[in-house]
Amino acid sequence: MAYKIVSSQCTACSACEPECPNNAIREKDGTFIIKPEKCTECIGYFDDPQCVAVCPVDDTCIIDNSYPRYEAAV
Amino acid sequence: MQETNEQGTAVEQSKPLDDLMQKVAEHKGCGTSGGSGKASCGSSAGQGDLPTEIWEKVKNHPCYSEEAHHHYARMHVAVAPACNIQCNYCNRKYDCANESRPGVVSEKLTPEQAAKKVVAVASTIPQMTVLGIAGPGDPLANPEKTFRTFELISEMAPDIKLCLSTNGLALPEHVETIKKFNVDHVTITINMVDPEVGAKIYPWIFHEHKRYKGVEAAKLLSDHQLRGLEMLTEAGILCKVNSVMIPGINDEHLVEVNKAVKSRGAFLHNIMPLISAPEHGTVFGLNGQRGPTAQELKALQDKCEGEMNMMRHCRQCRADAVGLLGEDRSAEFTTDKIMEMDVQYDPEVRREYQETVEREREAKVVAKQAELEEIAGEQSDIRVLVAVATKGSGRINEHFGHAKEFQIYELSTAGSKFVGHRRVDLYCQGGYGDEDALPTVIRAISDCHAVFVAKIGGCPRDELKGAGIEPVDGYAHEFIEQSALAWFKDYLGRVQSGEIEHIDRGDAAIRQGAYVA
Repeated sequence: MAYKIVSSQCTACSACEPECPNNAIREKDGTFIIKPEKCTECIGYFDDPQCVAVCPVDDTCIIDNSYPRYEAAV
Repeated sequence: MQETNEQGTAVEQSKPLDDLMQKVAEHKGCGTSGGSGKASCGSSAGQGDLPTEIWEKVKNHPCYSEEAHHHYARMHVAVAPACNIQCNYCNRKYDCANESRPGVVSEKLTPEQAAKKVVAVASTIPQMTVLGIAGPGDPLANPEKTFRTFELISEMAPDIKLCLSTNGLALPEHVETIKKFNVDHVTITINMVDPEVGAKIYPWIFHEHKRYKGVEAAKLLSDHQLRGLEMLTEAGILCKVNSVMIPGINDEHLVEVNKAVKSRGAFLHNIMPLISAPEHGTVFGLNGQRGPTAQELKALQDKCEGEMNMMRHCRQCRADAVGLLGEDRSAEFTTDKIMEMDVQYDPEVRREYQETVEREREAKVVAKQAELEEIAGEQSDIRVLVAVATKGSGRINEHFGHAKEFQIYELSTAGSKFVGHRRVDLYCQGGYGDEDALPTVIRAISDCHAVFVAKIGGCPRDELKGAGIEPVDGYAHEFIEQSALAWFKDYLGRVQSGEIEHIDRGDAAIRQGAYVA
């Protein structure tokens, strides 16, 4: 799975963008989005997903169930 | 004719803005002598007992000098949207046209847009002396954007003072950079020095890739704030500390905070009332946490004043505010409008204007001094508050119905003292008195004995009198403090002769929210 940003909740504060270890986050149409193919859920980098940890609005960076669980490459 | 300044490309006159930007880009890193362009007329107006080197730093800074705020303007640019902590009095989700409070802005800017805006404003408002970055997030959680903005501005408009306002979490790691960019004023918001108190104010912080909560978070934050403050004062950077007064949570504790920040070299302490309303969607707004009353705030400020200088003229402005502290002209400088402006940055015009301001300031101080000597012979324990309608320049020059705020002075035989201001945004619109708004104004100044105005209509005059507040229009366009002291001398005379009876006034309400244009 990857994380996704609920655009109706996003304040476009940009806090998540520089924290992402995968450069998976960018601004699009006034809010931020996560590129699912780049998101690793921060596995291998940090204990917690950084976008979730830094986001000022609860439940805005959430698991995107439409993608399979991310597995770290061996 | 004005001379061309020799200081280099950034200050050449008659250059359209885009050319300027281009030149800055080409000459990146060229030396400018920032200090030499500053006003140097040697006025000591308002210096009081401040050391000269500090007075030189604050005399044109509206936030750091109460006296300066009548004359000089500041602007904030909203280049720093990200934040690294969560405060219970802040909610980043809400931002609509009807909202105006710290942390909320109309539009974010890139550093390049911000630099253009600063030059545009400085050209239109020659008394604009200070550029601050205060969010809407935390400037040091956006270090690249913040410092790039400072870099551009110091090259394009080197006479403008730079300052920033931070929560302090990332401060220790940026002190060197702050120094490098010649930022000589930093404000740190410190609401507690006891992590147990902090845990009630900050639900979490984000530090080194981890979210910390509760007491652990508050302790980390407090350690960084105090260490950052020490490092800044050691580096010779002037520090102001902001504290939000939250009744029942940190109100009594702020006396301890005051001692802690003074001992670490803070120059000025600004205790501000909590802004809290359910419609803001903040934790405090939703759980019914109230803000302090005017007299509760004043009592705490008075209690701390023995320890250090207290700031009482803070307007809790937005992160994109433009103008004198009591006004907001940001609507004149939206990005669209700036892009259309034909801007000519002329430091000579600014310098000439500021010299005129300095002469006015000196005249004001002389006038107050003369009145003080008059009152020195009086003996009385009477102490009153008065409200003043002013547009700036230290004069009583605003119509009662047009006042968006009143400045409050405390008068006694020891003299006059500025003790705060009260919001009453537009009681009168379009020249007609709005009957429903008058009680709001009266509530905001109900602890005052008199209100000084340039002009006032018949109806509000009678209602004010009925509420026990004397409307005074006999000093229209005169200096505030000189007039207030003259009125006070007369007031004491009337009390002594038995013409009137001196009665203590009650408390007053603080309006919520930041100023709107």
